[in-house]
Amino acid sequence: MHYRSEKIYQVFFNLFMILISIATLVPLIVLISSSFTQNKDITLYGYSLWPRTFSLEAYGYIWKERMQIFRAYFITIFVTASGTLLGVISSVLYAYALSKREFPLKRFFSVYLLFTMLFNGGLVPTYIMYTRYFGIKNTIFALIIPGLLMNAFNVILVRSYIQNNVPQALIEAATIDGANEFIIVRKLIFPLAKPIIATIGLFIGVAYWNDWQNGLYYVTDDKLYSIQQILNNMLKNIEYLSKNTTSVAKSTTLAGTLPAGTVRMAIAVVGMLPILVIYPFIQKYFVKGISLGAVKG
Amino acid sequence: MKKSFRYKLKKYMPIYIMLLPGFLYLLINNYIPMGGILIAFKHMDYSKGILGSDWSGLANFEYLFKTPDAFRITRNTILYNGAFIISTMVMAIIFAILLSEIWSKRAVKFYQTVLLLPYMLSMIIVSYLAYSFLAGDTGLLNGVLERFGREKVSWYSRPEYWPFILVIINCWKTVGYSTVIYLASILGIDGELYEAASVDGITKLQRIRYIMLPMIKPTIITILLLNIGRIFYSDFGLFYQVPMSSGALMDATNTIDTYVYRGLISLGDVAMSSAAGVYQSLVGFLLVLCANWITKRYSSENALF
Repeated sequence: MHYRSEKIYQVFFNLFMILISIATLVPLIVLISSSFTQNKDITLYGYSLWPRTFSLEAYGYIWKERMQIFRAYFITIFVTASGTLLGVISSVLYAYALSKREFPLKRFFSVYLLFTMLFNGGLVPTYIMYTRYFGIKNTIFALIIPGLLMNAFNVILVRSYIQNNVPQALIEAATIDGANEFIIVRKLIFPLAKPIIATIGLFIGVAYWNDWQNGLYYVTDDKLYSIQQILNNMLKNIEYLSKNTTSVAKSTTLAGTLPAGTVRMAIAVVGMLPILVIYPFIQKYFVKGISLGAVKG
Repeated sequence: MKKSFRYKLKKYMPIYIMLLPGFLYLLINNYIPMGGILIAFKHMDYSKGILGSDWSGLANFEYLFKTPDAFRITRNTILYNGAFIISTMVMAIIFAILLSEIWSKRAVKFYQTVLLLPYMLSMIIVSYLAYSFLAGDTGLLNGVLERFGREKVSWYSRPEYWPFILVIINCWKTVGYSTVIYLASILGIDGELYEAASVDGITKLQRIRYIMLPMIKPTIITILLLNIGRIFYSDFGLFYQVPMSSGALMDATNTIDTYVYRGLISLGDVAMSSAAGVYQSLVGFLLVLCANWITKRYSSENALF
């Protein structure tokens, strides 16, 4: 009797969560299916959940402009890879140092890190410093350095993980065997703290992949546009891509033949595809990082 | 004495070398700009540099607070964040409780994966998604309205709808993140508590009311305080990109962050913009300190420092 009522609960709870899941996914479904629709249908009936007439014309248009898209992808991949690498290394090194029981000035370095979570100069001084004094505008560094490389939150995550999961005795034994600190980090900390390092690596990586603010603030040269920046420009001006192409390509994409309604959605699909593809594989690290961060935020 | 200093230096040198990259990065990215808040107290003249520019005292602030913008951006930032905190928290707690009650682990994993997906998308993508719903001529919402014989609504020029639109979008984007946190907190509850209670024959609702909610209360309060500490900061992308920086929506969507950006880049008004930025930094700082002080009193292990 009790068991049966529990089963009814299960059905009800699952049904509710399925509805919520569908509601969460609907915007993505609209976007993706619209990108595969004939532009005429969009003009007549608007965006919809399912393509009325299946068509690849939007992707055909984007394919013509592929050089710019590929370049933007290349920039994004390069920025994401180098930013993540630098970010992970500097975060793990800082975290390992802080995980030491004591050393002179430990308190200073700890407060130095934490204070960045409490106070910041804001956009204006940061912008003026990076552009006027570091000359970062329209260089690749503008996409890598400002803001994203390292933050206190990730360092604290790694430090707590090392403190709780890497036995101090192991480190001491390695020291006695003659390993110096750098060997310890490479041979002990990286393997033993792999789950948390993977997690912060993904946090940093996704932040770089999704970043458009650094581009908005510091980059006006379209050779340096990341994929998010191309998306941003297309959102405001749908003809952005064809505006820059050579006259030969232009003659085939006369204004007016541009399938604006569907191209808009197709370019967004192109932009989010990598995230959608890898997300199922990385989501467990994210869940882990978020739950750990909640305990040790 | 000298020898021991040298010994120490040699012993701890590797540690300092390890701290160096992070130290330098934070110095450049965080600490030097902190010094740059001087700009707000100066008549900024690029030819003279920051330090060489003339002092203006509090003139920039007086100027800022005389405009109606100062009140509007403060109001928008705080009210939106307040609505975001409450809506996300309530929904996330409900979802987390439901997920913890579902038996099938695979189903739970699926729901969690779906709920967290929006968190992975950039605000630019979110703007596109919003556009597919809200576009005046081709948007899905207007299509639905038309089918029911209603007038189309020009969403991007009607500020009165945007508080609701932004709360919904924010909830959609962030509820998965909070759900994961609350679910972790619920799953961390000692199983013996439930067993003891089930011997007493309590109902599901009683269990939620008298065991789960009290046990996750520290998490709720910690998150609440963390968010209150950040109530003076807004998600720039949400308020700038999603409304497509539409002028007609300015009243309803301008927050401190978008105001600072517009002042700096579009208007080139460094004085106003930096004053607003310092106002945000200082009040934000006080709020974090207060929130941390309360957290410390309530549950010291969750305090930031």
